[in-house]
Amino acid sequence: MDAGLLNKRGSSMINIQNLYKRFDKLEVLKGIDLSIEKGKTAVIIGPSGSGKTTLLRCLNLLEIPDQGTIALGKQTLKITESTKLKQAEIVAFRKQTGMVFQGYNLFPHLTALENVMEGQITVLRRSKEAAREKAMSLLEKVGLKDRAEMYPFQLSGGQQQRVGIARAMAMDPEVLLFDEPTSALDPELVGEVLKVMKDLSREGMTMVVVTHEMKFASEAADQVIFMDGGVVVEKGTPNEVINETKNPRTLQFLNKVAER
Amino acid sequence: MFGERTDRIIGILSDSFFPILKAGLQFTIPLTLITFALGLILAFFTAVARLSAFKPLVLLTRFYVWIFRGTPLLVQLFIIFYGLPSVGITLNPFPAAVIVFTLNKGAYSSEIIRAAILSIPKGQWEAAYSIGMTKAQALRRVILPQAIRVSLPPLGNSFISLVKDTSLAATITVTELFQKGQQIAAVTYEPLWLYIEVAFIYLIFSTILSYLQDKLEIRYGRGIAK
Repeated sequence: MDAGLLNKRGSSMINIQNLYKRFDKLEVLKGIDLSIEKGKTAVIIGPSGSGKTTLLRCLNLLEIPDQGTIALGKQTLKITESTKLKQAEIVAFRKQTGMVFQGYNLFPHLTALENVMEGQITVLRRSKEAAREKAMSLLEKVGLKDRAEMYPFQLSGGQQQRVGIARAMAMDPEVLLFDEPTSALDPELVGEVLKVMKDLSREGMTMVVVTHEMKFASEAADQVIFMDGGVVVEKGTPNEVINETKNPRTLQFLNKVAER
Repeated sequence: MFGERTDRIIGILSDSFFPILKAGLQFTIPLTLITFALGLILAFFTAVARLSAFKPLVLLTRFYVWIFRGTPLLVQLFIIFYGLPSVGITLNPFPAAVIVFTLNKGAYSSEIIRAAILSIPKGQWEAAYSIGMTKAQALRRVILPQAIRVSLPPLGNSFISLVKDTSLAATITVTELFQKGQQIAAVTYEPLWLYIEVAFIYLIFSTILSYLQDKLEIRYGRGIAK
């Protein structure tokens, strides 16, 4: 048993050291080191296959890393090849995070309101009334109070994604993880989702966002991380990484994105 | 009125209708409902066990499904009812039928439920996990409600076929609907009309049951575009 719980230190909310992950023969993460401070927004950019989504999924253990240390909030997981995590350990770690998915992944058999209530009732054991109250205030926050009783199929992609954000927020996570939250959206619906994300960022939510939206990265990120080939190539302020980079790989990627 | 033979047939059919219907209500319907309910419970646990990560359990359920899907229902009935007494286990006809039909339905329905669970996109599991659910919570609160919806039409079909399959219980002396019809046909020498009457009563039963199936599908259909 190598997974131990240590105390966190400093103001860093997430601290990743030497993180490795492979799928069969394919090595996806090759030693990632990263630190994200509490209340800050980190945006991960990079070409497809660079490992950015895998890194994000390692942060809430949807993928279990092969090796490395992840400190998140109050818990630290030290993982080696022989580590076998128990479900309770995974769940306890994961409860500190909320995730917003590219494909929304709302529960289709529940209304928007019920989607936001479900975890509060089943996982946090809140009363129905308390869960409803919290869910309604979150739906209001994402501008969907009047859509509360609708089922996901009755909502537009942008609305579904905003419900997805409310669902994640309802669990009072320490960190919100966004996995390409606007990639599946029609262009005219991207803005409404980014606006909600910017509001959260401004309010001091700790966020890790995988995205191709460079404008969002420039405007909302405190830290931009450029990944390629399973490693962090460059990290810094949006200005350093997006506007003033000298790194040829970063430049090549930014040019390709700009061509779209 | 229509001639002597026609009058005789009408007389036989009207005299036999309620006894046959009664046999249906007394045996066919209870046998169907009991074995379907028990079979569903068995099927549910079999499907979940089959999808578990615990190898011995997986092998055991695969073996069970293999046996009961791979052999005829009629042979299974005969083994349990006529075969087991030779090793000292004697069952009454009705319980024997309940056991065999339950095991048989359980095996078939477990495959339906397993397929339904597997048809739910991986993203649903991940969304459930991402809000801190355990595997059991995700299954109960997120996956199964959707899987039930998916499995209702095929389970409905299997339910309707069960109503008719129960006629095989006649072979182990359960006086259900078909057996009753057979008895009356044997003494009246009107097999054609008697068996048409039997078929008609089965049709009434399966029509009512498919109506119930439709109701259930509507009930579990919430959240999908029409």
